[in-house]
Amino acid sequence: MLYIHCPYCEEHRSEEEFHYKGQAHIARPDDPDNCTDVEWADFIYRRDNPRGEHKEQWYHTVGCRKFFNAIRDTQSYEIKTTYKVGEQPDMAAGIVTGQQGSNAS
Amino acid sequence: MSDRQERDQTRVWMQQLPSGDVRVESPLYHADLPSMMAINDDAGADTAGGVALAELPLQAHLVIRGRAEAPGFQESLTQALGLQVPTRLSSVSDGSQTLRWIGPDEWLLTAPASQAFDIETKLRAALPGHVAVVDVSGGNTILLLSGLHARSVLKKSTSYDVSDRNFPLGKVVTTTMGKSQAVIRRVDELGWELIIRRSFADYLWLWLQDASAEYGLSVHE
Repeated sequence: MLYIHCPYCEEHRSEEEFHYKGQAHIARPDDPDNCTDVEWADFIYRRDNPRGEHKEQWYHTVGCRKFFNAIRDTQSYEIKTTYKVGEQPDMAAGIVTGQQGSNAS
Repeated sequence: MSDRQERDQTRVWMQQLPSGDVRVESPLYHADLPSMMAINDDAGADTAGGVALAELPLQAHLVIRGRAEAPGFQESLTQALGLQVPTRLSSVSDGSQTLRWIGPDEWLLTAPASQAFDIETKLRAALPGHVAVVDVSGGNTILLLSGLHARSVLKKSTSYDVSDRNFPLGKVVTTTMGKSQAVIRRVDELGWELIIRRSFADYLWLWLQDASAEYGLSVHE
């Protein structure tokens, strides 16, 4: 069971409150009518499948119902940090606040 | 006339409260809680139970959405309700109305049933900008769980930490409850308020009966 820090509730909550929502930071082509099929397919279908750190979207389904981003290690399941939509990850802060494994953050 | 005023003039808000002699049933109507209260009285066991459960049926529930940091939003809300806008994971109550933080842009207001439409109308007039006020009274019901073992029942039902250190008076969290979910608020030392969905009311009623069986459950008004 993962213990995930919601950046909106500012608390660690148990994994069952959350849903994984796929890779984060995927930009929609600015002009879909004039992009190539490859660009469109990249946007719609092709996803990274890294071994190691992966930037992901998570959804606090049962809690505040907000989407946020997480950096998770796909080998160890360790969540390095979580951050709000529209923000950039602060890895230095993430190591301090993202993986304490308790509500005392 | 602004677009907003024009739009409001052409829209008719619906009074959802049935008028006159239309019968209204709470989500736990079928459970016949009054008959269980009678059993308590017969046994003279009003206080013997380790867990006391009461339904606060048919209250007004209003979901208020808006950007907390938008100019004038919090001021207008406070002015209209006479309540401060609660910060993250907290609630503000004046006894009759209670406003709960649900998310960064969402609050849940409960009030006596008869006031739902008045408050909804008042808020629509008062709140500036891009906001939403929705009457969800029919979708929820409120359970009050109290007694020496109420916390033990919660520990069985949710993965959230309900210790005093993590869950002080007035705190509100939306979290899992059995296989459903609830908005849980600490109302006093031994008392917890659960706002549950109508469609899960029967499931949670059965769940709570089962979870509190070992401590003794009494049902109250």
